Amino acid sequence: MVGRLFLVLLCYSFSANATEVQERVLSNGLKVLVKEEHRSPVVVSQIWYKVGSSYEPSGITGISHMLEHMMFKGTDSHPVGEFSAIIAENGGRENAFTGRDYTAYFQTLEKTRLAISFELEADRMQHLHLLAEELDKELQVVMEERRMRTEDKPRAKLQEYLMAMAYSNSPYRNPVIGWPSDIENYQVDDLKKWYQQWYAPNNATLIVAGDVQAEEVFKLAEQYFGPIPVQTIQTLKPQVEMPQVGVRRMTVKLAAKVPYILMAYKVPSLKTVDQKWEAYALDVLAAVLDGGDSARLPAKLQRGQQLTSSVGAGYDLGGRLEELFMFEATPVKGKTLLDMEIALKIEIRSLQRVLISEQELARVKAQVLASSVYEQDSLFYQAMKLGMAETVGLGWKTAEQYRDKIDQVTAEQVRLVADKYLLESQLSIAYLEPQTMSAVHAPRAHHAH
Amino acid sequence: MHIKLLLSFVLCSFASTTVFAAVAIQHWQTSQGGQVYFVSSPGLPMVDIRLVFAAGSARDGENHGIAALTTNMLETGAGKWNADQIAQRFDAVGAKYSSATHRDMSWVGLRSLTQDDLLAQALATFQQIISQPQFTQEQFQRIKEQKLISLTQQQERPGYLAKKTFYQSIYGEHPYAHLVSGEIATIKGMQLADIKQFYQQYYVRDNAVLAIVGDLTEEQARQTAETLFKQLKPGNKAAQLPHVNLPAKGKAQQINFPSTQTHILAGLPGLSRKDADYFPLYVGNYILGGGGLVSQLFLEIREKRGLAYSAYSYFSPLAELGPFTIGLQTQNKQSKLAIDIMQTTLAEFINNGPTPEQLIAAQKNLTGGFVLRFDSNKKLLNYVATIAFYQLPLDYLQSFPGKVSLVTVDEIKSAFQRRINTDLLQIISVGGQE
Repeated sequence: MVGRLFLVLLCYSFSANATEVQERVLSNGLKVLVKEEHRSPVVVSQIWYKVGSSYEPSGITGISHMLEHMMFKGTDSHPVGEFSAIIAENGGRENAFTGRDYTAYFQTLEKTRLAISFELEADRMQHLHLLAEELDKELQVVMEERRMRTEDKPRAKLQEYLMAMAYSNSPYRNPVIGWPSDIENYQVDDLKKWYQQWYAPNNATLIVAGDVQAEEVFKLAEQYFGPIPVQTIQTLKPQVEMPQVGVRRMTVKLAAKVPYILMAYKVPSLKTVDQKWEAYALDVLAAVLDGGDSARLPAKLQRGQQLTSSVGAGYDLGGRLEELFMFEATPVKGKTLLDMEIALKIEIRSLQRVLISEQELARVKAQVLASSVYEQDSLFYQAMKLGMAETVGLGWKTAEQYRDKIDQVTAEQVRLVADKYLLESQLSIAYLEPQTMSAVHAPRAHHAH
Repeated sequence: MHIKLLLSFVLCSFASTTVFAAVAIQHWQTSQGGQVYFVSSPGLPMVDIRLVFAAGSARDGENHGIAALTTNMLETGAGKWNADQIAQRFDAVGAKYSSATHRDMSWVGLRSLTQDDLLAQALATFQQIISQPQFTQEQFQRIKEQKLISLTQQQERPGYLAKKTFYQSIYGEHPYAHLVSGEIATIKGMQLADIKQFYQQYYVRDNAVLAIVGDLTEEQARQTAETLFKQLKPGNKAAQLPHVNLPAKGKAQQINFPSTQTHILAGLPGLSRKDADYFPLYVGNYILGGGGLVSQLFLEIREKRGLAYSAYSYFSPLAELGPFTIGLQTQNKQSKLAIDIMQTTLAEFINNGPTPEQLIAAQKNLTGGFVLRFDSNKKLLNYVATIAFYQLPLDYLQSFPGKVSLVTVDEIKSAFQRRINTDLLQIISVGGQE
């Protein structure tokens, strides 16, 4: 039954298949991608810079993220606060995000207002104010952000410690937000240098998705971004990760209530791997383990053997550098983290020895196919997918081929990558061992005013 | 296609190819009386379905967490299928099942491709989940243990403790006073029979509304609705919830917690779904703390002083008075300062109201960004389900920009002065002591 349905699905042709991405490179090197999508009178504009935490030398980790915050601090023509005020008055939504390999800024607007976004982004690409008094305040904001995201979250801390252990010299060992003492000691000059070094049209990709005409977007891009001069972008040092030659383990003791385990295997990304199919096979492997409630980990460990209260696996093939294939689990009462480790390794062993079933493979492919339709419901996601692929050097066409590449993966290929990469010698394991949280006193009440 | 006209200032620039330029909600009853709300959204071969029951945590009674636990139990076995088979049936056709519990409602949802055979398998599974849940003892024990661990883990978070205390503090004895997830003690004491009874009482036709958004013809939507409602028992609509009493007096609570930051929440019961003050409070709050990077709270707390990463306020309208919440997190040694600034900013806004310029900017945002609110099936489904559940006018979305535009400075000032009495404000802070 299940198999038959899937065959039908494969032959299914979408009447509403996504429109082609259109590309134009301006003479200053700015690459502009447009995805026309006319379902709603809305436009998303994203500008992606090829710089992120993996570009950062030691001592100033997190500076890409800090600069992302400072990009809202004004220019000569638009003093601090005005950027956001203009977007808000135009009914727009905006924000920015920083990752290991990128820093991106976006606005979503009613479609006739795209020029507003272009004018503001082009301006802050060249004329940003980086002032000490603004940095002093914003640095405090980032410290608060770090406390909120990491310091007070035992599991986030565990992950931070694990990354720093799993990678020897790859810059992926550093947290995107930076180490606390680096954040506290940024100087205005550090930020100025970072801005001058990486914020240039020839180090950026402009992506527009929505109810627009590509030719008009290209014209508008030329008008606003065209005059920005090209800059020399220095070549990034390769920082190739040293081979790992044995399992790495750590126990992290933190004030917490529930034990937790993370396991991470060194694996290639689509960018770093020689045989591209291997990355897609790893992606299918992750979905066999944790793609939906019928996947192996929830089916076997959570419902079948009832060892875990939550369990998961994940792999991101889109990194610029070598990646980690991650496992996580929370034991049920009465089970230990060692039980989790053993159970996860038994699942891995089985994937190395026995081919996944036709049904499992069909299920994963059906899900990927369905997701390729569902994701078109979000303009933002469509633009985001292109931006990520472009910024790590895979190229947007790679993102568009994803569904077809997954379709070509075989059960034997999934077994092969499990066997080749999920090796004990490539593994890093972190146990979170909860320590008593200091006594919480009864609330002291007093009256306001 | 039934296309209603939007206000002309929004519509004039739209291209005719757009799907979401105008939203026409079709409403009917199934042959057995099930309430259906449908928006046709061609363009992508997919559909989103949400069946909403007045079965939220406000119906928990003494069994705090039972509404949520019941929702979680549904997919663990239904009809002749066990949990594994249900998961396989959805995954094999790329369908996504989801469910959630809030204070007023619990809902179950399905996202599926619209190809006939795929949709048929997804719908047949979904239909069994809502009408023939198995509720086995084994699955109940498993889900219960899972909940207990998750609740234990929540206690690692100062934000969780703050939220829990905040709701207790602003709602007192009202059924909105506890968190949807319940408490360790109440979950421990729960029996399978309680779950079955909760299901039988609330997961019934007359206590449900169905929202459908996607690439179906009206005929297909009608058939889908018939199928889904067919096997639900008629039952009764849930009783009206008691009215909310405001707290008798203002109160500040400080709870010690081993964290680097203090999480601060302040507020009061504030706004109901059909409130006469809805638009003045909504637009006013955009200016006070709702407008992302430009609100007064954001400017005073973050932009001017660097005290927090996030600082906000919002109204969550419910059937009865939903909370008005102000929130921020700051390192422990600054918590008093941050609370001061928060209170000053709130008091000034209530005393003086917004400036005319602030109001114009807010109106421009809310009307100029109107189309962003429903530019995807996902967002649209949320609106349709909300309109259906709270029985809001079917033209709620279309009339939204017009109502925002009519709000005046005096209305905002008056509404905040009447509704947000700072003498009754409940302030919770959870964090490390200085």
